[in-house]
Amino acid sequence: MAVRTGSRADVDAAVERALLRGSRGMDVRGLIFQGALLLAMLVSLAVLVTLIGDALTDGAPVFAERGADFITSNVSSLPERAGVWQGIRGSVTIVLFVVLLALPLGLGAAIYMEEYAHDTKVTRAINANIRNLAGVPSIVYGLLGIALFVQFRALTPLTGGRSVISAGLTMSILVLPIVIITSAEALRAVPHSIREAAFGVGATRSEVVRSHVLPYALPGIFTGTILTLARAFGEAAPLIMIGASTGFLSEGSGTLVERLQGPYTALPVLVYDFAGRNLRAFQASTAAAVLVLLAVLLFVNAAAIILRNRYERKW
Amino acid sequence: MADATVAPAGGRLSLDQLGGNPRRHRRENRIRWWLFSAAALSIVVNVLIVVTLSDGSIRFLANVDLSALLSDGWFPRRGLYDIRTVVVGTLLVAAIAMIVAAPLGLGAAMYLSEYASRRRRRFLKPILEVLAGIPSVVMGYFALTWISPEIMQRFFGASGFNMGAAGIGVGILITPLVASVAEDAMHAVPDSLREASYGIGATRRSTTTKVVFPAAVSGIVAALILGLSRAIGETLVVAIAAGGTGGSLFSLDPTQPGQTMTAAMTALATGSDQVKGASDAFPSLFFLGILLFAMTLILNVASERFVRRVRRRY
Repeated sequence: MAVRTGSRADVDAAVERALLRGSRGMDVRGLIFQGALLLAMLVSLAVLVTLIGDALTDGAPVFAERGADFITSNVSSLPERAGVWQGIRGSVTIVLFVVLLALPLGLGAAIYMEEYAHDTKVTRAINANIRNLAGVPSIVYGLLGIALFVQFRALTPLTGGRSVISAGLTMSILVLPIVIITSAEALRAVPHSIREAAFGVGATRSEVVRSHVLPYALPGIFTGTILTLARAFGEAAPLIMIGASTGFLSEGSGTLVERLQGPYTALPVLVYDFAGRNLRAFQASTAAAVLVLLAVLLFVNAAAIILRNRYERKW
Repeated sequence: MADATVAPAGGRLSLDQLGGNPRRHRRENRIRWWLFSAAALSIVVNVLIVVTLSDGSIRFLANVDLSALLSDGWFPRRGLYDIRTVVVGTLLVAAIAMIVAAPLGLGAAMYLSEYASRRRRRFLKPILEVLAGIPSVVMGYFALTWISPEIMQRFFGASGFNMGAAGIGVGILITPLVASVAEDAMHAVPDSLREASYGIGATRRSTTTKVVFPAAVSGIVAALILGLSRAIGETLVVAIAAGGTGGSLFSLDPTQPGQTMTAAMTALATGSDQVKGASDAFPSLFFLGILLFAMTLILNVASERFVRRVRRRY
């Protein structure tokens, strides 16, 4: 419009305005790029939905037919009788070992590394070791478990060889670096002013940790802990190495210790076991076992995410 | 220390008292020692891993005929331990996994870090977190019952068990890890760089690809290396879907069954009855274990180096 009036100054002003507006129309390539990025996100979502849908279509009929019977039955070679009760019990026992062993040890190590350790050679060595352990494939921990708890003669009277005790100990070693790293992160997020306030009134280091640092770090530690337990519940490779029973399972009877030293299985190991049987009918049992495992883990993960979103604190 | 400067007005405080309560000191030292032992345990575990793996490997190498290490395939029950079969199988599956995980993981990371609004992020991030919580045995089941028939068999005419399906499953499994490490790296790029880029009129796309990406490239490489390391060590997806139970011939074809180091170990451990008879077969577990340990260790250290480079820059 300004162009039609003809004056030189008006033309310049129009050109300037046009330049400032940027190129006309939409940035098509930019939109395609953004779409591609969003697609990467959505593929992950689609995989999740397909995975759960796949397990539901195959596994839901089992629950429709047998109801809770699938959960409360023992392992069997007949697909219509096989259940996962022994697996659930084994997995819960293993998680209990992790709670009693790995959590206190891991938290202690994290407190030492974050609150006590100075930057010395020893500290750096410990740090490198923790990070290395976190990257060791889980199956290698299974080998450690075999050598240490199944074959090492000095320990077998205690563990009973291929037993749930060995499995619990191995799993505790496996999750230890994860516990340390997540707890250390939670401790690091507590600002220094909080510590200084406690030191200022004469608290010792352990008192500072107990009364000031831990309470603020607790939500973070708790979230990390939940995810760790989920990992221990779903991890199968080291248990297969240690010889979780993958077939008919007769459990030892007698005292608690004797039962703990007897043969065992775990829920994810049962999934592996069922999936490996060539019977067509076992495909439904596999899917049903996957559903039980997923139900537990999704519930636990969702709880962790919700807790974190609620208690996340910005300093 | 000059007493006069710290003594209170009454002048009764001695140097001893300034040292604090000795009982409190002792307790403090005891706690410190306990915490230190917990931390030092990680060194013990690492040493134990190295010792047990080397011990078993030496036993294996001492007994086995070395020509069996380069034969036609991996058949432990027949005394054939071809390392090429398992190592190449492992690398093939890991490569397929990276082809899946690199675009998915990096794309998700870029979207979350550069494009997503805070609200959308809150909704999208948990998808990756839930995916990260899927146990590998479940992904193995999915690879066998869905990826294999719906993708590998339909489009590539693959057999029921195949390395391609296992590779895709492993790739999906490591996507959240790649995404989260890469996102951290891009998050660490200071906003001033982005603002400078917008200031000279760059679009969001060119800011992302030409400013943020190069600035975060060390961290992105670290994410990929870490993903590769995880893919190499991934066990159950391969054990369930790649079909290497009982041994495998040397194979480079992703549409065919194959063997990886981890799957070979699982097969050895579950067929424990037969393995007990053959004295060489069981220690071969430890030999594979030390190979695996060495490969992942090298990759993890490399990844660590790259991460540290990002941290040093900003």
